[in-house]
Amino acid sequence: MQRLGVFVCHCGSNIAATVDVKKVVEMALKEPGVVHAEDYPYMCSEAGQALIAEAICEKKLTGIVVCSCSPRMHEATFRKAAERAGINPYMVEIANIREHCSWIHKDIEVATEKAIILARAAIAKVNLNTPLKPGESLVTKRALVIGGGIAGIQTALDIAEAGYKVDIVEKTPSIGGRMSQLDKTFPTLDCSACILTPKMVEAAAHENITIYTYSEVEKVSGFVGDFTVDIRKKARYVDMEKCTGCGLCQEKCPSKKALSEFNRGLSTRSAIYTPFAQAIPNVPVIDAESCTKLKTGKCGLCEKICQAGAIDYTQKDEIISQKYGAIVVATGFDTIKLDRYDEFAYSQSKDVITSLELERIMNAAGPTKGHLERLSDGKHPKHIVFVQCVGSRCSDDRGKSYCSKICCMYTAKHAMLIRDKYPDVDVTVFYIDVRTPGKNFDEFYRRAVEEYGVNYIKGQVGKVAPQPDGQLLVQAVDMLDNRQIQVEADMVVLATAIEPDPSVRKIATMLTASIDTNNFLTEGHAKLRPVESPTAGIFLSGVCQGPKDIPETVAQAGAAAVKAIGLLAKDKLMTNPCTAKADELLCNGCSTCANVCPYGAITYEDKEINDHGVRETRRIAVVNSALCQGCGACTVTCPSGAMDLQGFSNRQIIAEVDAICR
Amino acid sequence: MSIDTSFKPKIVAFCCNWCSYAGADLAGSSRLAYPADVKIIRVPCSCRVNPMFILRAFEKGADGVIICGCHPGDCHYSTGNYYARRRMTLLFSMLDYIGVENGRTRVEWVSAAEGVKFSTTMNEFVEKIHSLGRNVRLGDLRCKN
Amino acid sequence: MQELVTRAKELLADGTVARVLGWKCGDMAYNPEPAFFETAEELEGFVYDGFCGANLSKYMIEAGKQEGKTLVFLKPCDTYSFNQLLKEHRVDREKAYIIGVGCRGKLDIEKIKKMGIKGITDIRGAEADGSDTLSITTLYGDKTCAYSDAMLERCHVCKGKEHKVYDEVIGESADTKDAERFAEVEKIEAMSPEEKFAFFQKELSKCIRCNACRNVCPACSCRKCVFDSTKFDSAQKANVDSFEEKMFHIIRAFHVAGRCTDCGECSRVCPQGIPLHLFNRKFIKDIDELYGAFQAGEDAETKGPLTDFTFDDAEPSIVAERG
Repeated sequence: MQRLGVFVCHCGSNIAATVDVKKVVEMALKEPGVVHAEDYPYMCSEAGQALIAEAICEKKLTGIVVCSCSPRMHEATFRKAAERAGINPYMVEIANIREHCSWIHKDIEVATEKAIILARAAIAKVNLNTPLKPGESLVTKRALVIGGGIAGIQTALDIAEAGYKVDIVEKTPSIGGRMSQLDKTFPTLDCSACILTPKMVEAAAHENITIYTYSEVEKVSGFVGDFTVDIRKKARYVDMEKCTGCGLCQEKCPSKKALSEFNRGLSTRSAIYTPFAQAIPNVPVIDAESCTKLKTGKCGLCEKICQAGAIDYTQKDEIISQKYGAIVVATGFDTIKLDRYDEFAYSQSKDVITSLELERIMNAAGPTKGHLERLSDGKHPKHIVFVQCVGSRCSDDRGKSYCSKICCMYTAKHAMLIRDKYPDVDVTVFYIDVRTPGKNFDEFYRRAVEEYGVNYIKGQVGKVAPQPDGQLLVQAVDMLDNRQIQVEADMVVLATAIEPDPSVRKIATMLTASIDTNNFLTEGHAKLRPVESPTAGIFLSGVCQGPKDIPETVAQAGAAAVKAIGLLAKDKLMTNPCTAKADELLCNGCSTCANVCPYGAITYEDKEINDHGVRETRRIAVVNSALCQGCGACTVTCPSGAMDLQGFSNRQIIAEVDAICR
Repeated sequence: MSIDTSFKPKIVAFCCNWCSYAGADLAGSSRLAYPADVKIIRVPCSCRVNPMFILRAFEKGADGVIICGCHPGDCHYSTGNYYARRRMTLLFSMLDYIGVENGRTRVEWVSAAEGVKFSTTMNEFVEKIHSLGRNVRLGDLRCKN
Repeated sequence: MQELVTRAKELLADGTVARVLGWKCGDMAYNPEPAFFETAEELEGFVYDGFCGANLSKYMIEAGKQEGKTLVFLKPCDTYSFNQLLKEHRVDREKAYIIGVGCRGKLDIEKIKKMGIKGITDIRGAEADGSDTLSITTLYGDKTCAYSDAMLERCHVCKGKEHKVYDEVIGESADTKDAERFAEVEKIEAMSPEEKFAFFQKELSKCIRCNACRNVCPACSCRKCVFDSTKFDSAQKANVDSFEEKMFHIIRAFHVAGRCTDCGECSRVCPQGIPLHLFNRKFIKDIDELYGAFQAGEDAETKGPLTDFTFDDAEPSIVAERG
């Protein structure tokens, strides 16, 4: 028989204002097994924990229930407290009477009654708890960073500097990411490439960093501290060892019709190409879909002129298998597709462009060599209209419900740069709100308005209508004057919403890292664990977690690196003891459980069994507790109930059901 | 039929630890109210929910049972909710087949970010159970005449 | 039948098999029962006729633990069960010598009794190669009935005359399907919730929890049933109006869902005449409709529908939506 203690937290007034904690204590004492119950204003405080420890020792408790906030908040705290007081940490259950009770109910009677029932369920469960012991697993002292943008580069550099090996996997031919496509950066207006390329070079040169460009993560298995990752190195058709990066092949390649990804399709590139001049590695790739030689067998010009003999048309994709202790996701973002926003005429007029396209146009290495001109006729524009929140803060399902966060600032930047370089160009910005929280951000925006004369109009654009003469008629609402307005523009720039890179879904699934409805990776805790995935050993860096600008990305990249370093610094890890376990006497050896195990943790052994005197060799399921993550899929598929989940056993859950329905 | 105002439904909600339980926490911290009739049981994954648990709840007097998990594709264990989806579909269909009102059981995918969805789902579900009234059928399935 | 006995004796004699699993005469003409035979003499009591509905595949679990091979006679539909057991590693193919026996449909004595034929002392014409008419001797005189009218429900929805796994086949089989497999299920589906509930309440109230369905079911092959173990707190013998009582058949059907071959043994052996196959067949119908046609035991490799999924499976709300 258990000797249980129940500890009811007031959480200041968070709980006590709506739950009669004394009543909960009183009712808990009537439950089977409970020999002690008390309440305290802050159970998680030093003094609260001491109270628990004291009761455990004095009353010789075998298990405790803490009625408090969510177990996601303080389960670990109370487990440690219990362990310090000498009982197994898994003899602790939490009744969530804050998030699931006091915070959502106003009526004291109702909330108290519910709190009593939640406590009852936790007591019923802990009555059936058994001490569990975590296992140990070794940590592979190497990290993987998925994505080679500024987030991935910064994380990799920080991990490498701490003395650990780190690999970057980047799907495009070069590291650099979105930041390499930007011209200037707000609010300082320094050149993006000038601050990024030194970091790229540093990463490439670092002895602890290995970069796999033009590569993708193919498969992930294992668990925190011991992941095994298959990386697909796509065929480059260029020998990285031999290539000198002279660039002659790109110059001579006769197939120059492919659209440049780097220039957002605004210019063309050759079939053999490096995305941009400062690419790292400075080794081109052959785009098999555009290359005449690879498509038809004819041509072969690059091979002929390459003095290093680096061209190899027979190259195949290669799979590298590597072990890692920690994985950092830094997959970044892309802009959303605009096919559901016909009203902005993006597909009809070349002069309606996205902000990222404008970045390329403004860039000296871009499709117009940095000259501001209309893409339709090359003419210098006189009036440019910027439309904010295209697909951001959207209430219908065409766009995104969230704020993309960076658009207000980069639009101010664009407007300012244009007005600075071309004072003859008028700039109008249509906005819902201008959001400038950030160091020197509002000052920057005010400069755009006050010093550079950018015309900001609060209101949304309803339609951009291309006119027969090529002009764009912008129809909008001026919300401050409460009137419909029409303005003519030569160019329209859409502040297109950003979304997580589409590849992240597949990666998240491989990593079993959870993802929200917008495809942003979920944090372990929105406030307290913002750079960790709920999945142990997976860390989040950059926009894959949520919209952010460059300094925020770099800060988060460093934070993710620290978390990864903290993990790599350990030699051993404790494993989750809430794993599946088969009862040998009940197991049929039917293999159904292994069929549903996502981790391949279940194998079968022919084992000598003594079933109440009957000795026979039986096929028995054996769970590798180091691989099992404790989902419980096997337990339900097992018809005999032989497979059970420790910590969430059938009897424990049924006891909770019974307690709630009593 | 007169509405039983004294009817306080017993509703069991199984929530997966990674998404829906966190979604319920978010509903709580956002102060998004839903009736106290709903009591949550934390399970690691929706695939941990054994049909036996659901039938047990009904047999012990529950008026409704709802299972919440990560959205398909977002399961923390990558595949758990896909198995849960098949199991629950078949179980619910069977309950419907033996004449148990199908509104008494529900599966809803609620992410950790969907506090609002958690709250609205629970409000809707409780309302539905109110309209169905007390669950007598599963308790009475095998009453000897 | 003689051919089966002769072949069994040969296989026993040459040591291919150590024992034979078949049927032996019961105390009446219509109740032969499964039996093991270890000698040629014992085989004199072997019988194979229209009343040998019993599916022998489940006995192979125990037979597989004995020394040497066991010769087992399996009808076409029994081979599905054997395959399913193979898939679940419950039987050892190496320890079975399977003779697929011909089948022209099996008989249901309850159906004959329901025709008003009482006091039966003998039945002729039930032999594997017998006639289309049964001649029945009763205390009240001689009666006849058409063979097909006396067939088990399951034979009217026969899965086919092919054996799915065997070492050799003896005898001809007929496909006796002349009814829609899901017609009965559809009839219930079309009822109002009140009618459905009344129907099942009436049927399930007859249950005496004798466990005959569980014992005969080849899919219910657990070493220990959850209803007998403490794992779920579901075994509560003291309280008759308990969880176990109410939910047994639903849970049993769920446990065999995706594994049940629809062999119909549960309904055949139920002493209370509860149409238990209606539970299993509902699951089969749903699985077929929602996840694609699937026949458990068709082979010994394919993943079962409940241990598989697709990314775009129907949501559970489909149950309410399709009404």
